[in-house]
Amino acid sequence: MLNEIEQNRKERQSAWEYVINYFRKRSIWLLHYCTGCGAVELPPVMTSRWDLERFGVGPMATPRQADVFLVTGYASIKTLKRMIRTYEQMPKPRWVIGFGACTINGGIYYKSYNVINKLDRYIPVDIFISGCMPRPEAILAALEELRNMIQRGEAKGYDRYVKNYDWYKKNQKEILEREGSLFGEADDENK
Amino acid sequence: MVGLLFIGLGRIITARVQRRIGPPFYQQFIDVIKLLARESIWHHWIMTLGSIMALGGLIATMVHVPVAGWLPYDSGGPIFLILYLATIGYLGMAMGVSASGNPNAPLGIGRALSLMLGYEIPFAAILILFISLTGSSSLTEIAAMQAGGFLSWNIVKFPLAFIAAEITVQAMMAEKPFDQMIAPSEIASGPLVELGGKFLGLGMIQMAVAIYFETAIMVNLFFGGGANIFTFTLKQFGVYTIAILINSVMPRYKIENAVRYLWTVPLALIIIQMLIVFLR
Repeated sequence: MLNEIEQNRKERQSAWEYVINYFRKRSIWLLHYCTGCGAVELPPVMTSRWDLERFGVGPMATPRQADVFLVTGYASIKTLKRMIRTYEQMPKPRWVIGFGACTINGGIYYKSYNVINKLDRYIPVDIFISGCMPRPEAILAALEELRNMIQRGEAKGYDRYVKNYDWYKKNQKEILEREGSLFGEADDENK
Repeated sequence: MVGLLFIGLGRIITARVQRRIGPPFYQQFIDVIKLLARESIWHHWIMTLGSIMALGGLIATMVHVPVAGWLPYDSGGPIFLILYLATIGYLGMAMGVSASGNPNAPLGIGRALSLMLGYEIPFAAILILFISLTGSSSLTEIAAMQAGGFLSWNIVKFPLAFIAAEITVQAMMAEKPFDQMIAPSEIASGPLVELGGKFLGLGMIQMAVAIYFETAIMVNLFFGGGANIFTFTLKQFGVYTIAILINSVMPRYKIENAVRYLWTVPLALIIIQMLIVFLR
């Protein structure tokens, strides 16, 4: 059993990667994309009540410095463009956390004419946090899970983006060039 | 290494002031190792050259600062050479990050250099005081002059000069209220804005070396050097703790106010101290 696990690990990552992943998971720097309302849950997580810095997690100012791209809440078409640019500026390895119900299926903006529903179609999300909004405990649990995924070498969203680049670009293009027929879309579905 | 440890402990102290637990003390080492193992995006070979020049300049400075009376070779801790070499680090950083083309980077560098204009004048005044008293510009001799117990330390003899120097060193280390150059919420961490991966790792090592030699200068000037490396490091950590405590409760000056403050308050303090010393 143990040998099997060891074997699986070796298939995913070399010993060097395993050691580096230990350091990566202990030092996760977040880049907040705080256009959504979920951002309001982050200050309690950062400050004295839940103290995220215990795990080496901290906020960073620019995409070049950050490891994790935290999309808090809904992404409108306008912000999606910026999101893609920000994501592509980050150096590898980079991870994305989809924060709140809006990034999973649109949440309460499900039928909105200018909000995308599934974030995972446009940039590769490693882990989602469900809830509207998620509690700080949920954020901590998600970060814990992300840490384990990094250590196991499973959090490979950036590889997925490279491999399926055409698919992601096609989806992005579709949504960004859709602007002509935006109005009235929600009405059409109601009929 | 000690500098990185200092930053790690400083983060814990800040956390405790803010009623948090804080990261483990070796967090800074983890961060640097992670950054050095990361993909680095670079825009121009000048960026690499600038990073290495900054680190090299700081290490060249460190060679001349006596640590507990010990120097790699017998230069005697020439204070003017130290001040001269310390600027090379900043100039290297300026060159490197300006090549990145991000407008925030030159903005941060401009602030750093104008702040340097602010703190070097009071610091030079402090040095003039000590040089005229010792008759030598050697840090080793200034430290040796204070030998013989707590009461002969310069901090006891010249308290006003110490307060002035503390304010100056606060500006040198770019701690609040003088952290205009790296203001993360204002100019997106200034010079570091385009640095990722190895460049940021090198930047953190630079910061650690800078903190180490700035506290070492302070210990040599005011705390009588140190009998051995342990007491010396302990005194350095004391200096750094004062800086961190001020840092964790202060807001940020505007850059012009910071320079004006540095040119008035510490300079006035040091001039009063000079009058007391020379007219007595």
